[in-house]
Amino acid sequence: MLGFVLQRLLQALVVMLAISALVFAGVYGIGNPIDVLISPDATQAIRLATIAAYGLDQPLHIQYRDFLLRLLAGDFGRSFVFNMPVLDLILSRLPATLELTLVAVLGATAIGVPLGMYAGYRPDSIAARLVMALSVIGFSVPTFWIGLVLILTFAVSLGWLPAGGRGETAMLFGTAWSFLTLDGWSHLLLPAVNLSLFKFAMMVRLARAGTREAMLSDTVKFARAAGESDAVILRRHVLRLIAIPIVTVFGLEFGSTLAFAVVTETIFSWPGVGKLIIDSISSLDRPVMVAYLMLVAFLFICINFTVDIAYAALDPRLRVKGAA
Amino acid sequence: MNALLAVENLATHFATRNGLVKAVDGVSFHLDAGEIVGLVGESGSGKTVTGFSLLGLVDAPGRIVGGSIKLEGRELVGLPQAELRKLRGRRVAMVFQDPSATLNPVLTIETQMRLALEAHERVGAAAARDRSADLLTRVGIPDARRRLETYPHQLSGGMRQRVAIAIALLNRPSLIVCDEPTTALDVSIQAQILAQMKALAADFGTALIWISHDLATVSALASRILVMYAGRIVEEGPTGEVLRKPAHPYTQGLLDSLPSIAAPGEDLRQIPGSTPSLANLPEGCAFAPRCAFADAACKSAPATRRTATRAVRCHHPLGEVAWPL
Ligand SMILES: Nc1ncnc2c1ncn2[C@@H]1O[C@H](COP(=O)(O)OP(=O)(O)OP(=O)(O)O)[C@@H](O)[C@H]1O
Ligand SMILES: [Mg+2]
Repeated sequence: MLGFVLQRLLQALVVMLAISALVFAGVYGIGNPIDVLISPDATQAIRLATIAAYGLDQPLHIQYRDFLLRLLAGDFGRSFVFNMPVLDLILSRLPATLELTLVAVLGATAIGVPLGMYAGYRPDSIAARLVMALSVIGFSVPTFWIGLVLILTFAVSLGWLPAGGRGETAMLFGTAWSFLTLDGWSHLLLPAVNLSLFKFAMMVRLARAGTREAMLSDTVKFARAAGESDAVILRRHVLRLIAIPIVTVFGLEFGSTLAFAVVTETIFSWPGVGKLIIDSISSLDRPVMVAYLMLVAFLFICINFTVDIAYAALDPRLRVKGAA
Repeated sequence: MNALLAVENLATHFATRNGLVKAVDGVSFHLDAGEIVGLVGESGSGKTVTGFSLLGLVDAPGRIVGGSIKLEGRELVGLPQAELRKLRGRRVAMVFQDPSATLNPVLTIETQMRLALEAHERVGAAAARDRSADLLTRVGIPDARRRLETYPHQLSGGMRQRVAIAIALLNRPSLIVCDEPTTALDVSIQAQILAQMKALAADFGTALIWISHDLATVSALASRILVMYAGRIVEEGPTGEVLRKPAHPYTQGLLDSLPSIAAPGEDLRQIPGSTPSLANLPEGCAFAPRCAFADAACKSAPATRRTATRAVRCHHPLGEVAWPL
């Protein structure tokens, strides 16, 4: 187990280094931030001084080396636009995205998996056909369009829910969270539904395919031969048998949503990291982009690691020999 | 007579794209309490489907289309699934061929046994553990308490099959359908499990239907043999008599292909041809195209001819038995 962890840590380090180089080069190519940094009427002297202050006169590899050295000291740099440490900036926005993502992915799983299992258990029923039709919509209709429809319907026409913002928040662990207040929930609901539709569709399909296969297996037939009811078989046997792909997709969806909830956050003006990264791209706020993308890479490494651990918990055949 | 099971004219058909597959087509037999009967036949003859029919476990596109199954006097054909479920495991259980596919790979043996118990009664965790461990011991698993905590992949194939047998016995059914439970195991373990099964069935008073394509295995166990071909029982009788004096040419063919009967060095004789497709079987005797004795009479379906202990479904039965017409 320790060897496994060490090996993964080493891999993670190499991946992070590679990512940092790629990201740095890529962001460098997007454009020169000097025009954003300096007002057009500044003198040439101020201009040169600023360029030198940010190290922008150095060649790429020197800039990269300086960046890595600062990184080792825990310094991700300062945002050009917000003029504050990038790490603080991102961390201040992360909770908003985190709670939105959690609600969306957990909701999609908690509703999608049982419905998908039912659709796999009774594939010819009307309910199963309805669920599958819903999942086709979730797959094929673009997020931004659904988001706008949601706002038009529930915020504009019906006036039931607010169209944007985080609403009232409460403090926990020194950060503000919306999910702790009722008003916060009313703000969370629409963007979470918007985000979760695609994930819901995916969970439905996974659960359905897995259940259909499992229901035909000898394992299920044997359980039925012992007199176990279908409800017990679905809950105790099938759910465990299909858990691995579901956990995998859960992890991947959690990571990618956390990193790229851009469209939904923009439509619902949800002040999370997705909106931050879009803003910093349009203002060429290089340090934010670099730090953000590296954080995303780090996030995926963590998620993959957690998923691997979850595999071992879910499937005894994958556990390390000798442990049993 | 103490009849446990009476099957009359059972027909189980599958409506497939390639036509109607009459997997079981007019099967009749009976079983006494505690009796062990062998059901033999080549692959595809309908043995497994017969077994599933007895448990009400035929899934679409299959359906029991006719006949009657009386277990302990109760008619099973047409019984609602909820009623059948209560009987499964408690009155009639089943063991399958491949023990690595039947046990759930992600649940401990204890959990799986407990689920089988809870299907029929409320039991506490401790009581369930005691009863499970007791049964594991009786089916020949040493150190049963520790085994309860293991997962199937940590056990050998033979051990897994013993666990499956223990699960089948757990609710003390009066009949267990054993669908080739030793075919996937190696020979020495096969022999052990056969002997143990025989003893257990006697202990528990459980009747067994032992399905196999291997006459030798069955002869070590069963008091009577049913020979199945293309969805029908073609011969039936006490094990010794059927083996010594087979009446159906198909049974004769099965016997000739046993290694122990051919002289050493001599080639094993095989039945020419192969099992017919069960979709759209022609009229008449299904075995006729492969039979050395077939003639014009075989173009019509033979009726079952019975003596006191034996039955055969053939126009030209072998041997000197005086078969009534
Ligand atoms: N789900 C199904 N759909 C269509 N046909 C089926 C289905 N299950 C079984 N059959 C058909 O029923 C016939 C009998 O199958 P069965 O499994 O009972 O044979 P068997 O005697 O048990 O053979 P084996 O020794 O190979 O286990 C076969 O011809 C098979 O094609
Ligand atoms: Mg079979």
